[in-house]
Amino acid sequence: MMDFTEEQVNRYSRHILLQDVGVEGQEKISKGKVLVVGAGGLGAPVAFYLAAAGVGAIGIIDGDVVDLSNLQRQIIHFTEDVGRPKVASAKEKISRLNPDVQVTTYQTLLTAENALEIIRDYDFVVDGTDNFPVKFLINDACVMLKKPFSHGGILRFDGQTLTYVPESACYRCLFHAPPPPNAVPTCSQAGVLGAIAGMLGTIQAAEALKYLTGVGELLTNKLLTFNAKTMDFRTIKTKRSDKCPVCGAHPTITQLIDYEQAACDISDRKKH
Amino acid sequence: MAKITVNGKPQALENPTTLAQLIEQNNIIQPDMVSVQLNEEFIQRENYATTELKDGDEVDFLYFMGGGRG
Ligand SMILES: [Zn+2]
Repeated sequence: MMDFTEEQVNRYSRHILLQDVGVEGQEKISKGKVLVVGAGGLGAPVAFYLAAAGVGAIGIIDGDVVDLSNLQRQIIHFTEDVGRPKVASAKEKISRLNPDVQVTTYQTLLTAENALEIIRDYDFVVDGTDNFPVKFLINDACVMLKKPFSHGGILRFDGQTLTYVPESACYRCLFHAPPPPNAVPTCSQAGVLGAIAGMLGTIQAAEALKYLTGVGELLTNKLLTFNAKTMDFRTIKTKRSDKCPVCGAHPTITQLIDYEQAACDISDRKKH
Repeated sequence: MAKITVNGKPQALENPTTLAQLIEQNNIIQPDMVSVQLNEEFIQRENYATTELKDGDEVDFLYFMGGGRG
């Protein structure tokens, strides 16, 4: 049993007032540990809302520094942060928003080498990355560790997300392997409406909070997709695939893989 | 004539159609960036050409979304 101070009761009062959450739910949130992979377009709103909610421990992993072109959507970074490591910028904002939160930063890329080690310590993982190699890596590591996570992807005016918990359909059940690198649109071809990142990131943050509190139904065995031009939201039913290479009956992937494919930020950095 | 559902919307097929043909008919410009689900089951890429669609089938094109290549 946690003893909230008067100040904390006040800070979290709108959660505590929620019948489904209450003091008990807020305690679960305050004891929760969430890893946010990527302090970018998705990671920014995710980290902000988890911090505001009082998630006890937030881990942030990102190897990049803030670039001016990030500010169009990565709202946790401000103009004066350009050139600063993203994890340092994010940590500072989280601490200013809510000093209750313990922030751990990893100024590095998630790789086959460090993924299990880092993810192991957390209750829930949020994929806020911008490239397929790491999306598949997060999936495989979480399946192997039986760790729930939220997948998120955005492109142009579209977004998609699913939540994995052990035994539910994983990202590979739907997308067996990364697309061939030459088929993936280049950054300049791709682009994204900044607010889409907020739309999707806040859904992912809500999923993390639902998981921690046990409230409601998660986006498991479902893929939620939306298009901001039409504001059509669609939930596609999915199921675990027997032939899934990582969670199926006869998995062919038994250790983590570092796929090769440059992410936008990496190539941007090389150009500068 | 088979009536199927593609991404939640009804579609009528005049002729016997395979998944590979449906992908073409729906103007999927980059099939590599799409994963196909038939009646909630993942379909392997190599089986698109041999998978015949039948009345009542539900097909979902799931797009890879995850940022770009440099
Ligand atoms: Zn799977």
